[in-house]
Amino acid sequence: MNKARTSIPRAAAAHAVLIVYTIIALFPVLIVVVNSFKSRGAIFRAPLSLPGPKTFDLIGYTTVMAQGNFPLYFWNSLVVTVVSIFLVLLFGAMAAFALAEYRFRANTMTGLYLALGIMIPIRLGTVAILRLMVASGLVDTLTALILVYTAQGIPLAVFILSEFMKQVSDDLKNAGRIDGLSEYRIFFRLVLPLVRPAMATVAVFTMIPIWNDLWFPLILAPSEATKTVTLGAQLFLGQFVTDWNAVLAALSLAILPVLVLYLIFSRQLIRGITSGAVK
Amino acid sequence: MAVARRQTRWHIAVFLAPALIVYTAIMILPLFGTLQLSLFRNIDQKQVFVGLDNFRALLTDPHWSTAFWNAFRNNVWFFCIHMLVQNPIGILLAALLSSPKLRFRAFYRTAIFVPTILSFVIVGFVWKLILSPLWGITPMLLKEIGLRGLFHPWLGMGDTALTTVALVSVWQFVGIPMMLIYAALLSIPDEVLEAAECDGITGMAQFWKIKLPLILPSIGIISILTFVGNFNAFDLIYVSQGALGGPNFSTDILGTFLYRTFFGFQLQLGDPNMGSAIASMMFFIILVGVCFYLFAIQTRLRRYQF
Repeated sequence: MNKARTSIPRAAAAHAVLIVYTIIALFPVLIVVVNSFKSRGAIFRAPLSLPGPKTFDLIGYTTVMAQGNFPLYFWNSLVVTVVSIFLVLLFGAMAAFALAEYRFRANTMTGLYLALGIMIPIRLGTVAILRLMVASGLVDTLTALILVYTAQGIPLAVFILSEFMKQVSDDLKNAGRIDGLSEYRIFFRLVLPLVRPAMATVAVFTMIPIWNDLWFPLILAPSEATKTVTLGAQLFLGQFVTDWNAVLAALSLAILPVLVLYLIFSRQLIRGITSGAVK
Repeated sequence: MAVARRQTRWHIAVFLAPALIVYTAIMILPLFGTLQLSLFRNIDQKQVFVGLDNFRALLTDPHWSTAFWNAFRNNVWFFCIHMLVQNPIGILLAALLSSPKLRFRAFYRTAIFVPTILSFVIVGFVWKLILSPLWGITPMLLKEIGLRGLFHPWLGMGDTALTTVALVSVWQFVGIPMMLIYAALLSIPDEVLEAAECDGITGMAQFWKIKLPLILPSIGIISILTFVGNFNAFDLIYVSQGALGGPNFSTDILGTFLYRTFFGFQLQLGDPNMGSAIASMMFFIILVGVCFYLFAIQTRLRRYQF
């Protein structure tokens, strides 16, 4: 019965295609990381070989550490990302709970209004957002970025979380109500812990575009004190174009934290995307 | 109980308020603010209402329209490459990944998704280095397979730069269609596939006749996501080709055109009103695309329930 679906040549062909594509996906990343540990001469002479005892060199990393203000940029990115995710999750979950739990007149309209933001990119309002931030004196502050990213993340968070909140059993919530819990306590004590897996998924989805964004840091917070890692790396790479060691080292430093986080959370991310379809 | 029902349920407002306030203030109002700003022009330091004149200039005045239509054409081509290359590859990979009893499935899935999590800055620069004639990685690899003569500095030539950048973007984002289609394929019940096998439909025929019709709604969703993403793209071009969309504007798309117009670049002065007009045009293009998808495509797709 299952034989037809798993013949050996067919499986071999599938593996061949997947391996080729895996190489295409990983090769550019590997080549940069590997070469960042080599001396300048070796980078050009033998870019494809691993660093040996003769060619091993950390000069690129020393330049990056000495020149760039990377620890600060890194801290800025971290603050912006963590605070934005926290606000997206809190506000998003509250709104999702209201939409999923209560029946009121504007329910559908509110849902549609929020869903608009999934399709229309917030970037198109940049001109007016910049004016708003200038008027409120928030230009070149991390607050400006946090506000924008929170607004950007809320629509998708509400959409995903309300799907999950509909699945939380009514009996449980009603039992809570009979025991005299307020609606707020039901939300924070009963519902939130139950949708924690969905929250993790939303967190990962929200995190990647925020951490990687170049547009808003470039426009709203380009000052030295508020640069994010992505913007800092972009400017550094522009300045040091000819210093290949430094460029490769900076790229590797930018790749590694994201890669490590991804490997930790990849299960969560993939489960989130394929949710409801796990066999 | 009945009395309690009728009184205002304040907690609903409390739950909704923060999300609605932030979303409305930072996203919806600025969007309308931008639309409004595009109807004005700065004349003698004063904002004067000019109606649709900015749009007329953008579409017909050669000073603006050459750049606009060039960016628009490039953007359409950018989108076509994604539809023709990214989505078929994504579907192929997903179909292979979902084949039963495949070993190392988790490894392939994780590895192929890696480029998607990297920032545009990294992706743009990594490919700039790899394709650079200075470093010579690409010529060296082409030599290995005997195709050294094919190498050209693709990113630096007007004819090939846009296609090359689009392919780099495909490389980065192929993981998204792959994952969404993979999820759709997994949700096809075994009974359907077994019934097909009983009727002698296996392998390729099974994919074309059974699976593909069932995943069409997901293909619709990835198409509209690709459309919105492409007509809103900026970062990759800015990082790898600069704000001018070089060489000679051959990679200029609406996002870079908007950035240059709004903020000014080199000799050109920034113009918030024309910038708003371009952003509004992007908004209308995306809106037309989304409406076309919602009303013309989504309603016609047949959904199967199991």
